[in-house]
Amino acid sequence: MSNKRILVCGGTGCISSKSRSTYDVLEEELRRHDELAEYQLAFTGCHGFCEQGPVIIIEPEGTFYAQVTPDKAKEVVTGLLKGEAVEGLLYVDPVSGCRVLRRDEIPFYQKQQRLVLKNCGLIDPEDIKDYLARDGYKALTLALQMDGQHIVDWVKQSGLRGRGGGGFPTGIKWESTRNAVGDKKYVICNADEGDPGAFMDRSLLEGDPHAVLEGMIIAGYATGAREGFIYIRAEYPLAVKRLAVAIEQAEKEGFLGENILGSGFSFTIRLKHGAGAFVCGEETALINSIQGNRGMPRPRPPFPAVKGLWDRPTLINNVETFANIPVIFSLGPHKYSQIGTEQSKGTKIFALTGKINNTGLVEVPMGITLREIIFDIAGGIRGGKEFKAVQIGGPSGGCLTEEHLDLPVDYDSLISAGAMMGSGGLVVMDESTCMVDLARFFLTFTRTESCGKCTPCREGTKRLLEILERITGGNGREGDIELLESLGRNVIDTSLCGLGQSAPNPILSTIRYFRKEYELHVKHKVCPAGVCKALTSYRVLAEKCKACGICKKHCPAGAITGEKKVAHVIDPEKCAKCGICFEKCPFGAIMK
Amino acid sequence: MQTLSDNLHAELEKLIAKYRTADGGLVPLLQEAQDLVGYLPREVMEKIAQGLDLSLAKVVGVATFYSQFHLHPRGKNIIRVCQGTACHVRGGLAVLEKFEEKLGIGRGGTTKDLQFTIESVACLGACGLAPVVMVNDDTHGKMSPEKIPELLASYKGDKPHEQ
Repeated sequence: MSNKRILVCGGTGCISSKSRSTYDVLEEELRRHDELAEYQLAFTGCHGFCEQGPVIIIEPEGTFYAQVTPDKAKEVVTGLLKGEAVEGLLYVDPVSGCRVLRRDEIPFYQKQQRLVLKNCGLIDPEDIKDYLARDGYKALTLALQMDGQHIVDWVKQSGLRGRGGGGFPTGIKWESTRNAVGDKKYVICNADEGDPGAFMDRSLLEGDPHAVLEGMIIAGYATGAREGFIYIRAEYPLAVKRLAVAIEQAEKEGFLGENILGSGFSFTIRLKHGAGAFVCGEETALINSIQGNRGMPRPRPPFPAVKGLWDRPTLINNVETFANIPVIFSLGPHKYSQIGTEQSKGTKIFALTGKINNTGLVEVPMGITLREIIFDIAGGIRGGKEFKAVQIGGPSGGCLTEEHLDLPVDYDSLISAGAMMGSGGLVVMDESTCMVDLARFFLTFTRTESCGKCTPCREGTKRLLEILERITGGNGREGDIELLESLGRNVIDTSLCGLGQSAPNPILSTIRYFRKEYELHVKHKVCPAGVCKALTSYRVLAEKCKACGICKKHCPAGAITGEKKVAHVIDPEKCAKCGICFEKCPFGAIMK
Repeated sequence: MQTLSDNLHAELEKLIAKYRTADGGLVPLLQEAQDLVGYLPREVMEKIAQGLDLSLAKVVGVATFYSQFHLHPRGKNIIRVCQGTACHVRGGLAVLEKFEEKLGIGRGGTTKDLQFTIESVACLGACGLAPVVMVNDDTHGKMSPEKIPELLASYKGDKPHEQ
């Protein structure tokens, strides 16, 4: 492979910023310039820095170009011809305001430790040769020379815990499946990422599908399974396509199928499309769904390791967990276990979003602090506003505040703070987010997604949501906060599966840290963030109003009156509380 | 009432035959049948129940459990407006409301001319670009209410839209 490469990001984020057209323009331009024939053009997976898309990296220099829209693609070629970087395409660091030349000089990448994502953005996911060139399938070759129990011991020694959220020790799961008795066994990859605010599995599958396959094949060998399924969200068309391509190529090269690499071990992998149900992320529900039923969970034990798909021993791991397996093999279990904290080993991928400067996908060692993630990697809060809270772990997780910024991020410390690793969604909020509204948002989600099988979850989430809606709607009653707390704890204690057992977390953690905000809503009928419409009113500050008429022009309700040179007035009776006047006023004269 | 054309009918029979003996074939069969017909009318579910030797209640039970299945006709262009956490904190609701206002339908609804269906989805997994909208298979990031009329115009009629 030539070491001169132009890597154009082909992740979903960049494609939606038209990176495919950028790629086409580059291809056309390269064809016209024979002197650039050495450059190989590749359409890669996600670089993680989605907001800066389309992203391009020039190797071997590592020059990092951001926001290379199709009309700017020619400049890239001009730069190559001149042999210098194009200043105007370089990334501007939002903190220092300086342009940065190379990818590894960008603060967003500097504090990351990309082990699982090491190939994402640097290989063409649709070409197995790229994966092989970066030591792909070496772990499998090594594993096939080992005894299955030896592999299980390695996974145990590595300390890897499930990355889907629960954090169950992976090695123990593998061992139970290996020891279970059955004429047939299965391996399932849970790729039904349904958490709002999470896209790490999607990026991994799109950017490095073979790493997931390799982990699954090793798991099959170690546990004695011959069949594997990937249960994937139908909303991820690109990931589905790339997985199908990867499976076909792996079969052709002898890494999948009959008698893998002459070892006598055979393994197949099939794709199963999810049909849109959050609860199917729960393993027993997922199994029901593959069997063609409603995806409803059942009580455990028996655990799937003993009685799973079609009542046979089944190993279910999440995408990121499987992708960690080749890493354990390349580092060795001992070296792997030195990364992270005492109880949480290795790295974790987080999807960083919300009111921050750099959104994207990051991989960091366990034990890093939230402050480092939010302020060093994510570049701090957008628009110079104040940090208010961070929501971690999606609808199963909770909110953490300023006082937790120096908390080491690992499974156990998050749980003790009232949050949860979940699948790794991390949404940062500033003062313009209402915490009661946020809790209501998550409950709306979990209530809709509750499968309805067990009463505490079905009825409990409904009632919790009703109370929250009452509060945000301005009708909160004395005692509502206490009712939320006791009902929430009941739902946690009595629900059948993880969905119900974690659904009240967003409420309980926001009450725990933002009780005052709840009280203001209930007792004083005020929403300090100005989000809850029923509790927000708009008025014009006469001393700031320049009587320009902009607000009057934009008001859809015709609620604003005022003449030239006379401060305008909002009629609270007519006001629809849409907030357009607040956004449009150039003088900051509208108050919430 | 017979609503399927003979052609569709034959295709559906083929699909049923393909999944008749497959383990766990109901969900993928419903998915393919929906791709074929566009939605799942009662007639299709009855045929599937018969073909797989299941009760109609079981088939309808599965079809109504998953958000992917639709029991009513849908528009030519499916607009999915993300209401995930990142989109929520960056104004995804305002985008959804603008679509509803411009098309005069609520979420889940379809315009009378069968051009557009609006749906809200929990997460499209493109949070870095919040607020996000997906029209058919195209993802559009960094949306705002102001951009919506233009976006709708690009999908109207048979005009080819930019990929």
